[in-house]
Amino acid sequence: MASAAAEEKDLVEILDASYGPIDTIRYVDFVRDPAAGAIATFEGTTRDTFEGKSVVELRYEAYVPMAARRLAAVCAEARASWPLLRLAVAHRLGTVGVGEASVFVAASAVHRAEAMEACRYVIDEVKASVPIWKKEVYENGEVWKENREFRERMLLHHEHGPAQKHNQTSNGCCGSKVKVDGADHRTKEEDEATTV
Amino acid sequence: MEIAGGLNDGTGEMNESKVEKSAGQDIKIKVLFFARARDLTGVSETSLEMPDGSTAGDCMRNLLVKFPSLQEIYNSMVLAINEEYAAESTLLTSKDELAIIPPISGG
Repeated sequence: MASAAAEEKDLVEILDASYGPIDTIRYVDFVRDPAAGAIATFEGTTRDTFEGKSVVELRYEAYVPMAARRLAAVCAEARASWPLLRLAVAHRLGTVGVGEASVFVAASAVHRAEAMEACRYVIDEVKASVPIWKKEVYENGEVWKENREFRERMLLHHEHGPAQKHNQTSNGCCGSKVKVDGADHRTKEEDEATTV
Repeated sequence: MEIAGGLNDGTGEMNESKVEKSAGQDIKIKVLFFARARDLTGVSETSLEMPDGSTAGDCMRNLLVKFPSLQEIYNSMVLAINEEYAAESTLLTSKDELAIIPPISGG
């Protein structure tokens, strides 16, 4: 398990493949705070179907030290945007079966609006900028998935990287897209996941 | 002026690549491949010796020569240096860790 906490009020954990199912109650209890009027949570779960195909399982891997660093930065960004009490985010690696959680986010705040928005922000940032990958496994094949949010962030900020460019606590450095003359042309094939 | 440089990626293969030699010492960097990038190269990491003053983009072009199959993700990947996203124009220094990051899919 790799942990990082920008402050004691943030808990970031990347759980290696041997860890087992995410103990979501643990993260809810971490953010529980006597000053909080709200705890908002998000759980990302493996679904059984993608475009008509039966999904057997998802398999996750990560560039762990960078993912931990990026998650800590995301928590700091959330704190800069909303008045929060405590934050927790956990991502599981390895095999995650149908119905199981791959990612869990919990946020506490005095009022529910901030807790819910921060929770949403964190998962949106996981999707857009944290170096974690999943392979979708079917009966007869497997595919590395590609988050639409990552592509959108890359194209929107083609001079910058997937990290939020406006926030000083995050890495605002540039992305590395090969620059071609004219617009970036994405073919239908590039929009689809790469088949292994 | 071009000098062929040997690149030992640990598989025992020496690949020649055309590299412009500058005045400084060669720098040695570690390269990590993840997910689809690893599938395409067949290795999870390799090392590169580059001339002083090389950029991340220079490394990437070098890697494309060494691993032509990376072309498949060349337009959709990003680079990271020492665990931070980096532009192609970023200069590298010795012992830097360059990561090839194909489109991510966490969550």
